[in-house]
Amino acid sequence: MIEILEILANPNFWAATIRIATPLVFGVLGALLCERAGVLNLGIEGIFTAGAMAGWMAAWLGAGLWGGVLVAAVAGGLFGLLHAVLTVPLGLSQHVSGLGVTLLATSVAYFGYRTALPDVSSPPRIEPFPPLDVPLLSELPFFGPALFQHTALTWLALGMVVVVWWVMTRTPLGLAIRAVGDNPDAVDAQGLSVYGLRIGAVMAGSALMAVGGAFLTMAAFDAFFFGMVNGRGWICIALVIFASWRPWKALFGALLFGAFDAFQVRLQTAFGEEVPGQLFLMTPYILSIIALVVAARRADYPRALLAPWFKGQR
Amino acid sequence: MSTEPSAPVVLRMTGLTKRFGTVLANDGVDLDLRRGEVLALLGENGAGKTTLMNMLFGHYLPDAGEVAVADQAGRLIPLAPGDPEAALEAGVGMVHQHFTLALNLTALDNIVLGAEPLWRLRRDKVRLRRRVDQIMEDSGLRVPLGTLVSDLSVGERQRVEILKALYRDVRVLVLDEPTAVLTPQEAEGLFATVRQMAERGLAVIFISHKLPEVLAFSDRIAVLRHGRKMGEMPTAEADQAAIARLMMGAESETEERAPIAPGAPVLDLVNVDLQGPDARRSLHRISVTVHRNEIVGVAGVSGNGQAALAALLSGLAAPDRGEVWVDGTRVARFDPASFIARGVGRIPEDRHHEGVVGTMSVAENLVLEDLGSPEVARWGILRGAAIRQRADAAIADYDVRGPGPEAPARLLSGGNLQKLILARVFGHAPRLILANQPTRGLDIGAAHAVARRLLEARGRGAGVVLISEDLDEILTLSDRILVIHDGRIVEAPSRNRARIGLMMAGEAAA
Repeated sequence: MIEILEILANPNFWAATIRIATPLVFGVLGALLCERAGVLNLGIEGIFTAGAMAGWMAAWLGAGLWGGVLVAAVAGGLFGLLHAVLTVPLGLSQHVSGLGVTLLATSVAYFGYRTALPDVSSPPRIEPFPPLDVPLLSELPFFGPALFQHTALTWLALGMVVVVWWVMTRTPLGLAIRAVGDNPDAVDAQGLSVYGLRIGAVMAGSALMAVGGAFLTMAAFDAFFFGMVNGRGWICIALVIFASWRPWKALFGALLFGAFDAFQVRLQTAFGEEVPGQLFLMTPYILSIIALVVAARRADYPRALLAPWFKGQR
Repeated sequence: MSTEPSAPVVLRMTGLTKRFGTVLANDGVDLDLRRGEVLALLGENGAGKTTLMNMLFGHYLPDAGEVAVADQAGRLIPLAPGDPEAALEAGVGMVHQHFTLALNLTALDNIVLGAEPLWRLRRDKVRLRRRVDQIMEDSGLRVPLGTLVSDLSVGERQRVEILKALYRDVRVLVLDEPTAVLTPQEAEGLFATVRQMAERGLAVIFISHKLPEVLAFSDRIAVLRHGRKMGEMPTAEADQAAIARLMMGAESETEERAPIAPGAPVLDLVNVDLQGPDARRSLHRISVTVHRNEIVGVAGVSGNGQAALAALLSGLAAPDRGEVWVDGTRVARFDPASFIARGVGRIPEDRHHEGVVGTMSVAENLVLEDLGSPEVARWGILRGAAIRQRADAAIADYDVRGPGPEAPARLLSGGNLQKLILARVFGHAPRLILANQPTRGLDIGAAHAVARRLLEARGRGAGVVLISEDLDEILTLSDRILVIHDGRIVEAPSRNRARIGLMMAGEAAA
């Protein structure tokens, strides 16, 4: 028991929670945008990988850190465009297309890596985003190291929560996106483009996902490794349901998962002698499933999610 | 109330033609609409009314012909085809039969959706709301603006649809079968509002297949049949029989309901409660008796518990309280098989999904309920020849037209699908028949066939529960009329339409 309290009292635990949550925040927001428009994007796992690879590679080639983030976002947007074209005007199965995009994007990332660096055994390191010490606040005991010594990308993630929330609830564009995910006929009847809205939302959402991937190689670590995304995309797909497609709840869900994950790592060190570590590795996923069971029973899915819509057919 | 013929033309359709595969849905339709006029577009189901309007509004691309709309100066400008945005720009608004509302948005958001530029940092909700309030004031259409559309009643949703059009400053408003979902009283209210808006210069096209309301409320009538305009006339000079002839090609026949004394009870519901997933799909303390040789009509506006009643009588739902007796024995097990075994025949509401398996052949669909009988399957193996023979007989007997017994059932038209279901149901000589919206969406010929079969079954000694939203159908076919409202069932004291309409809206029978 005392070990658990020690974990919670350590600012490192809280800092780790936020660090683990950051890529998930990008990912959940991206998935949220796509699904609010009525498109499930299972390409997320591959888009994370592609973003991680593209951002890091661009930075290594001299584009600068922010240049790398931009390259990652563009790469994500392009894979999003592919998924959107297949599922929106062509109306293919969103599941099949999404999984296809994941396989393709992951392979393209690995292929690009091997093409650029055929002979290396370990990837070259870049100088990652440094922690930004918020003046004064970062000096605070406990709160300083827990909350105010994060990289710019973490602050960007938080900013994106505000942006997505504002766009979805306060702007005509968000209104149209919410409507197109509920009843595309309503949007069409009002003279708006169903295809345009959906393709745009999927591209923007995919760009966000890719930035989440770039965080891994450009802030959390300093290089690209095979398999480093490790299911984070799938977690986002679950979290978006947990969040009932709302940005602030998405942030909360990502932080909750981050906390579970940070906690289990520390439990492993505390109890690793007696209990096999795999048991702890499972806990965030088991807790996520429980949280999902509780939240998803009331989930109010966007009504047109997964349903293809064709112009001129009603 | 009729407009002078000199009022300027605001909308002109010339030679509109649309083909779906081999079907000619519209064939060279010409139509003019004048300012301040209410034009009724009349025709049977499948006559091409909705297709015509969808071309007008840009949902469909016409194969030939064009639509022109008057601009502010009164000049007729051709409309870009296949572009709803262009139609909206030109001042054409449409209220679809199936509402095009986003249920997850408020009434206000649905009304203003798409009317503001998308790329704005914030929405001027105060200004939008003031404008909508003004329109509600002017038109007399009131809805709670801040409420989610999913929480609005059907009548309110329709008002949201009309407000949506008015918000776009429409000069031409198309109402596609607006009264299909309304109680007679709600319909009256709608007519009054539309009339008032027309007097201020709005031109209205009003689509309907109900002759009485068209005669009561339009200035001019245009009749469509088989995609062609059969004629048009001022309503004041219209003669009901002549219009009916234009619509149907012949005098309409009505079914003769020969008087028969009802026999022993075949269905008894005693104080049945059924808690559905929501209030609209629940039943509260209903008691109903249906006798042999009797058709009992259940009238009501959709969503008042009809689905629960149908589920109960097909064995798909078990009551929470109360007793169900079929043919003298109390039902203990509620599953479809035991209801079929007790001689209950079911004509489901959604014939495409609940009535047939679309990918299976006509012949297979015909024997779906007899897979256990030795005539159809022996030792667990289907008897192809016997099934085929049965299908041929049923197809001839029930006049099921289509590509033949081996073709998948989904290729049949709605009317022929319904005949297939009738053949299956009546093949068992059922003692109790549940007919849920049996003629909805059918053309006149198929609807008559269904009505005739139901009356035949009644003559043979079956009891029939006829659930329908079409009051005329209920009045024609039923020996007794029940009204369902909010999950409660009351017997109508008389066959007076107005009386029954009030009860459908929830007024006590007294």
